Amino acid sequence: MFKGIGVSPGVVVGPIRKVLAEKASGPVPADIDQVLKALESVATDLDKSAESIELEVAKEVLGAQAMMARDPSVIEVLEGAITEGVAFDVRPIVEEAFGGFKEQLLALGGYFAERVSDIDEIQSRLINKLAGIESAGLTLTEPTVVVAEDLTPADTAALNLKFALALLCSRGGATSHTAIVARGLGIPAIVGCEGVMQLVDGAVVLVDGRNGDVIVDPLQDEIATRTEKELKIKARADSITGPGRLSDGTSIQLLGNAGTIDDVRAAVKVGAEGIGLFRTELLFLDSHIEPTVGEQVKLYSEVFQLMAGKKVVIRTLDAGSDKPVPYINAIHEENPALGVRGWRLTRTSNDVINRQLEALAEAAAGKDVKLWVMAPMVNTPDEARDFAGRVRKLGMLMPGVMIETPAAALHADHVLAEVEFGSFGTNDLTQYVMASDRMDSRLSDMTTAWHPAVLRAISIASDSAAKISKPVGVCGEAAANSLLAAVLVGLGVSSLSMAPSALAEVRGFLASIDLDTCERAAQAALSARSASEAESRAREILEG
Amino acid sequence: MPSQIVAVGSKVGLHARPASLLVKAASTAGVAVSIGRPGEKAVNAASLLSVLALGVKNGDSIEVTVADGDNSDSVLASIVEIIATDHDA
Repeated sequence: MFKGIGVSPGVVVGPIRKVLAEKASGPVPADIDQVLKALESVATDLDKSAESIELEVAKEVLGAQAMMARDPSVIEVLEGAITEGVAFDVRPIVEEAFGGFKEQLLALGGYFAERVSDIDEIQSRLINKLAGIESAGLTLTEPTVVVAEDLTPADTAALNLKFALALLCSRGGATSHTAIVARGLGIPAIVGCEGVMQLVDGAVVLVDGRNGDVIVDPLQDEIATRTEKELKIKARADSITGPGRLSDGTSIQLLGNAGTIDDVRAAVKVGAEGIGLFRTELLFLDSHIEPTVGEQVKLYSEVFQLMAGKKVVIRTLDAGSDKPVPYINAIHEENPALGVRGWRLTRTSNDVINRQLEALAEAAAGKDVKLWVMAPMVNTPDEARDFAGRVRKLGMLMPGVMIETPAAALHADHVLAEVEFGSFGTNDLTQYVMASDRMDSRLSDMTTAWHPAVLRAISIASDSAAKISKPVGVCGEAAANSLLAAVLVGLGVSSLSMAPSALAEVRGFLASIDLDTCERAAQAALSARSASEAESRAREILEG
Repeated sequence: MPSQIVAVGSKVGLHARPASLLVKAASTAGVAVSIGRPGEKAVNAASLLSVLALGVKNGDSIEVTVADGDNSDSVLASIVEIIATDHDA
């Protein structure tokens, strides 16, 4: 059995197929004709992917990658290096040919440096082609569990995922691209699952995306038990509708996280009581220049229209760290997660943030919507006051802040006094409390909101909030986990915002427990020694 | 060899779409096209990686040089226009 991080629930059984299989082991011999032919074939694959994908941004990336694979300067270097028949191992030669460019792009930083991963992918596709290892772009013809080290946007674009039963990656964390794609497709996925690349193609595995378990050659009994449990959870989710409430009638507002109009539609579909987090980065990331106020007004208006009469929490631009926007985060930062990101952008791009707030006020004017506006990465009471002042001045009445840094959580009495509400961004709060990069799968045992240290930070902040009667919610991945959601409720959280796909399940689970049970589970988790102990103690009380 | 210095019009510099358009035009020009900062080493404009590695930003001055050929002057004019245009506008 292999254990990883379950990032999209569901139980399936099927044969596996490896994509972008393990790096070619041993030398890869080839002559120049073979290398050039393989390069052209890599380029053709990329062209085909570019044609087949609808997303305009991905199309451009794939098109540019194809041009890189046909780059005359690279070909020139290769031709100069492989002169006498078959080279014993072309890998160092290929690395040499692309390496200089990678160094230059890295040195340029920002947008340019991001292209390095595109080049890495071309290299690995080229080497795999020469080594005879089937590469991404493989067409699945029967229901298959797709296994990979990690799936890049280009991989998932190249793969025909219609027949994908589940996605299984040996690397990556809960917020990796694979997780997002799988949840979008509604298929189970596990990431950070070490060892799965050792499986041979065709091996039959059971994938339990809820628990992160992979079982090779599963027994009938095991399949039946796990499938049944999964069905029960799904049935409970389907049987309850309406606003979120506990079995004792306590209201827990259930909201959807969204970044696009499609996400908002998905939230409407699952009966979300509003949008608890609208990420505004996409509009900025999708374009090479700052979107105009008019473009922003158009997008926000659409959101308000779809959510007429409901609560919509819009987060101001959270550029930086893992979401750099080239024309804003232009300076290379040694430590971007701790750098100028979120609200801190007012230090460098103040006008961009002001224009966004203007656009929000303009879009909301005269609309039937409960607009709440919140700032990301607010650390201090002064920042909170600055933000709230700007929001109120524009006639918007509900300014709030994300509580996602230890400073904001520990100092929440003063920070929240400046605003109307707080929202825990559990992904970043976990990363900062645990001082562990959430994208690094080697640290995945420490990047979970189940850790008592994280829960304590949340507990301190929600107690402070309760004393001054400011509502606090959660808008991170943690809210999408039924057990953790119940613990958060027990800590004093009154609204939960999550990916729309997770909402029905959380609603179903919350309807099966009362507030007292949630509080007991929260206390048990707070006093645990480790994340796993916190989870098992809470589980015992909640599923009891 | 005809050459001309031109300011980069695109807001993102020679990156993404503007760079792709330039490389496409240079690779189908039929004559060798090179670009570089005036007075510095020029690179093959048909090589996307070389163009990107120049790290050209909006407003930077770039010298375009076209090898001698039948249509050198018209190629130069069209390449200069691509570089001067803001493709994201």
